[in-house]
Amino acid sequence: MNATAAPAGPSRTSQPRVGLFVTCLVDIIRPSVGFAAVKLLEDAGCKVVVPSQTCCGQPAYNSGDRATAKRLARQAIDAFEDCDYVVAPSGSCGGMLIKHYPDLFAGEPDLETRAERFAEKTHELVSFLVDVLKVEKVAARYEGTVAYHDSCAGLRELGIKAQPRRLLAGVEGLTLVELAEPETCCGFGGLFATKYGELSNAIVSRKAEDIQATKADTLLAGDLGCLLNMAGKLSREGSAVKARHVAEILAGMADGPAMGEAEKETAR
Amino acid sequence: MSATATSAHFKENAHAALTDARLQGAMAFSRNFVSRRAAAVERLPEFDALRDSAKAIKDHALAHLDLYLEAYESRVRASGGEVHFAQDAEEARRIVIDLCKAMGAKSIAKGKSMIAEEIGLNHALEGAGIEAVETDLGEYIIQLRGETPSHIIAPAIHLTAKDVEGEFRKAHRDLAADRSLAEPEQLLSEARQVLRAKFLAADVGVTGANFLIAETGTSIIVTNEGNGDLTQILPEAHIVIASIEKIVPTLEDAAQLMRVLARSATGQDASVYTTLSTGPRRPGDPDGPRAYHVVILDNGRSTMLGGQFQPMLRCIRCGACMNHCPVYQAVGGHAYGWVYPGPMGAVLTPSLIGVAEGGQLPNASTFCGRCESVCPVRIPLPGMMRHWREREFERRLSPAPLRYGLGFWAFFASRPALYRLATDLAARALKLAGRGKGRFAWLPFAAGWTGYRDLAAPEGATFQSRWRAKSGAVK
Amino acid sequence: MNSREAIFASIRRSLGVSGQEQTRRFEVETRLKQAPPGVVPKRGQGDPAARLATFRAEAERAQASVAEVAAWADTPAEIARFLRDNNCPATLRMGADPRLAAVPWSETSLEILHGASDGRDVNAVSAAFAAIAETGTLALVSGPDNPTTLNFLPDNHIVVLPREAILADFEGAFAKLRATYGKGAAPRTLNLITGPSRSADIEQTLLLGAHGPRRLHIVIVGED
Repeated sequence: MNATAAPAGPSRTSQPRVGLFVTCLVDIIRPSVGFAAVKLLEDAGCKVVVPSQTCCGQPAYNSGDRATAKRLARQAIDAFEDCDYVVAPSGSCGGMLIKHYPDLFAGEPDLETRAERFAEKTHELVSFLVDVLKVEKVAARYEGTVAYHDSCAGLRELGIKAQPRRLLAGVEGLTLVELAEPETCCGFGGLFATKYGELSNAIVSRKAEDIQATKADTLLAGDLGCLLNMAGKLSREGSAVKARHVAEILAGMADGPAMGEAEKETAR
Repeated sequence: MSATATSAHFKENAHAALTDARLQGAMAFSRNFVSRRAAAVERLPEFDALRDSAKAIKDHALAHLDLYLEAYESRVRASGGEVHFAQDAEEARRIVIDLCKAMGAKSIAKGKSMIAEEIGLNHALEGAGIEAVETDLGEYIIQLRGETPSHIIAPAIHLTAKDVEGEFRKAHRDLAADRSLAEPEQLLSEARQVLRAKFLAADVGVTGANFLIAETGTSIIVTNEGNGDLTQILPEAHIVIASIEKIVPTLEDAAQLMRVLARSATGQDASVYTTLSTGPRRPGDPDGPRAYHVVILDNGRSTMLGGQFQPMLRCIRCGACMNHCPVYQAVGGHAYGWVYPGPMGAVLTPSLIGVAEGGQLPNASTFCGRCESVCPVRIPLPGMMRHWREREFERRLSPAPLRYGLGFWAFFASRPALYRLATDLAARALKLAGRGKGRFAWLPFAAGWTGYRDLAAPEGATFQSRWRAKSGAVK
Repeated sequence: MNSREAIFASIRRSLGVSGQEQTRRFEVETRLKQAPPGVVPKRGQGDPAARLATFRAEAERAQASVAEVAAWADTPAEIARFLRDNNCPATLRMGADPRLAAVPWSETSLEILHGASDGRDVNAVSAAFAAIAETGTLALVSGPDNPTTLNFLPDNHIVVLPREAILADFEGAFAKLRATYGKGAAPRTLNLITGPSRSADIEQTLLLGAHGPRRLHIVIVGED
């Protein structure tokens, strides 16, 4: 059974051509998130394509290497030229594509316009489903108590807060509990987590305490970087909390191992 | 030079802070500011509009700073005050000390002033044989201990009542040894009594200024204790020390900024005492200082105008950014190594003491953006930290491993076909290296991560390689 | 070049201006002259009864105590009651404010002292210049009528506030200031006071009476 909704909003064809910006972390570490995203988009009536792609350039950008960031940005904009929409299962990469690409080319008329047009058609996954495609409910089941972490870039750069909660509320069997501090940073910050490991650890330790205090058995978020960080801390502390990308739950594809879980442990 | 900085040792400072149990306990108190600010904002529907207004006023004032500074100076003189200009910390110290010496001053009462800390005023005064007593209760307590503040609003937050009792018994020798100091009220009463005597005995009062108003030549201070007021009305002379960007055009403009200041800082709608001072006492005044001096300090700010870092000069020193910052909350103020902590410190410090000394600070951020989201004058703090990182990258100040790592990554990321191949191989190899455990407890080159957390192993072939295998499509 | 000149030169260099530009000078002169208000919260607005109610609620929220009396002549009795109820000594210092001088202190057994405070007064009374309903704030100006030291040195500060002086907002208070002192001028000190002195520096315990008064009692005078 497919999720609802004919796509609303501007579309050049009756079936929007959506380019999936899969993101490095999903591509390399957890492809199942990418497949969950594809399912959600196809169920909502989109034609999904995956242009040959690499990195959005954020690690270079945040390290002060504008030249590399611009090179990768031009590459990304070119790769998705013929898509009606570009959708990324990440608020962090989404923020880079949508908010920072135009900044990168500020003052360079042609590139700035291309970057703005690119930004206009680019969306984070859950916000695309809810805000653009007007999806109200997904046909998924999940037996579990879920805590949702609001990844900083998605929250503050892209305004993603209500949308994932809206869709999770419609998942059968799922109970949503709120963290005491859902909007507090988890301490990932990209390269920060390794460069300032002790400090990052102090921040994620607080987040892990918050998560465990809710007694949730599942942690969800829209960003793989945050999830890797939180999942890694929880497992180092011996916690049984399972961490997944919210797309996995919404697509009904939460049968495989959770993050950091070995394949044979899924029987737990 | 300005007060000594240890900002270049941020990592070591942070380590010390993270292992200091007492400080960690104290930082819990400072988290209250988050909920208090939120409650105050909730109560005032116009708050966001006020932020826009405050930002616009500061931008306008900065763009016309030379003219407003002229107007301010002229009004101060018209009201009987004097204005002195100091290009740097050394000059500012000299001006204050010379003014004190000319008056034969032996003791000074001080209200809290970040600028006074920036220029190292207390130390210089002591060197000149002039006693300087901090009158803000928290500052007084740490002055007794020879410490620097651990939080800009609550400087003694890392101490218990027992610590304070110990200090008072040591310092206030002429009081009855058997007096009870078991309750905080008793400690406060004693501080009030002791500091009252200092206020009355002081020859000169030195305060900072939250704002300087060009329209009337007025300095504004904002306190809850009233110490700034006693500092400036009891002694014979009042010296205000303020940096150039404190100038705002009119009384109405100051009101816009005042409305967002207290709410952003402590969640109060108004601080207890907002005091507007204009010149020395008038004929007929039964109290007040007979001399009023304003020392205006540049110390690197004029060169921030017109450039990428100008927005930083909008700062009204509310402390909201640091109260909401996960890094500051983890390590407290001392770790930043200089006068200004938290996100605003991370942006301002390299501007004032140079990027070689202060450049660590803008790197120690996750760019979570919470600071910018609460800043009452909408300073784009993460964006300016990124500008510092750009400067460091251009000047090759970033650490070599980082540059090589990024260069390595960029090489592959610029070549999609090669990237897809390399990442697929790496992902499959790492999955095998994980030996079916699904995660790593240790990885070479990733000790900063795996020292504290596990790292999930890749699922195997990458998404792109699986997608191509499935659809057989080549694009 | 002295420091003043050097600083101005540096500012102008950074902004890319000479300082002589007519447009800029005009903008600055206009703003200083017109002093446009910005965003004014609705909270303090309303008719006099509404402003009184808002002022009282906000002042009490800041831990001031508030009483209302019908006429100036009733103020000595109310102040004497306040001091008695709080076990304060029956002494009271005040300035030369004619409104305070005209009321019947002899109807109470209070010892009245005049002039600025030297730190040994337990109680003092001032008459307010204005009040701001928006935040429950009192506006007091320096001078022989109401010496500034009375606002800070005594343990207990009583402020008599005529009802009609309760303005909606800061803007109203500044307009009154200009009307009284002239444009571009101000008294030596304008104190905007919201509640009694406090500190939370010892274990984050909120305590009143840090350096300034422990108690602030506001007596609002005027009929409905």
